[in-house]
Amino acid sequence: MKARITITLKPGVLDPQGKAIEGALHALGFGGVDGVRQGKYIEVEVAESDPARAGAEIERMCEQLLANTIIENYAYELDAA
Amino acid sequence: MKASVIVFPGSNCDRDAAVVLESVMGHAPAMVWHGDSELLKSDLIVLPGGFSYGDYLRSGAMAAHSPVMREVVSRARAGTPVLGICNGFQVLTEAGLLPGVLMRNAALRFICKDVLLKVERNDTGFARQYKKGEVVRFPIANKDGSYFADEATLDRLEGENRVAFRYCDASGAVTADANPNGSCRNIAGIYNETGNVLGLMPHPERLADAALNGTDGAKMFASLVEAIH
Repeated sequence: MKARITITLKPGVLDPQGKAIEGALHALGFGGVDGVRQGKYIEVEVAESDPARAGAEIERMCEQLLANTIIENYAYELDAA
Repeated sequence: MKASVIVFPGSNCDRDAAVVLESVMGHAPAMVWHGDSELLKSDLIVLPGGFSYGDYLRSGAMAAHSPVMREVVSRARAGTPVLGICNGFQVLTEAGLLPGVLMRNAALRFICKDVLLKVERNDTGFARQYKKGEVVRFPIANKDGSYFADEATLDRLEGENRVAFRYCDASGAVTADANPNGSCRNIAGIYNETGNVLGLMPHPERLADAALNGTDGAKMFASLVEAIH
């Protein structure tokens, strides 16, 4: 099955890239924009077909490599691919 | 004294580290490829600067899981001195040997310049030839050099006297203006609990020869030779 993993900076962690994007959006005339945060999106195909076991495997991947949990949170969705 | 320099795909300061080590030890260090799972007995392990794995995912994240790092982690935990410079510092944090993380510089730019550092401790094998409070000049060359840890971790680091170097001005004052990249509490380098692992963003190996217009970095390597002998 396919996992769609989203990795975001934890609240309170400074995000200078998000700030720069926000500034550029303002410069383009999107004045009502606030709180821009940049993150990562990763797709992974796993051979495991049981959602609970696949989810547990994805969580181990996130904890060990895909996210740095000092500064990042992760979330995922599973699709039967 | 036997030293090993770990070489990752994308390391680019491995030779600089080898040159300065040879000058202070009198013989060349072993250059160890990241894919090797064996590491000869070493009195010092150096993780050099560079852009291992192209900084993919996060700086240092891939290198931290390369085969040789399992052995580096176990040697570090057993007390072998480990020095991580720039990308090497990023690898040490990703491998869990040092707390915190190196984030994108506050100004989002790659910064390549000499900086002034206050030596916070000289009671370790890395710094015994410096004076406590001394101001030294090392170069920085990075885009992800902003040290971040949560407030509790920063308080613990300070309480345990684990800050090695801080960005400062010429008088040694640790000021916001002297902080090149937004690092928490001007931290440029830290030790582990037992003082045998040092990670720092500035490059001592790049100002370790009078021909390069500075030798402040050489004292770190000379300190290690003195401490290990």
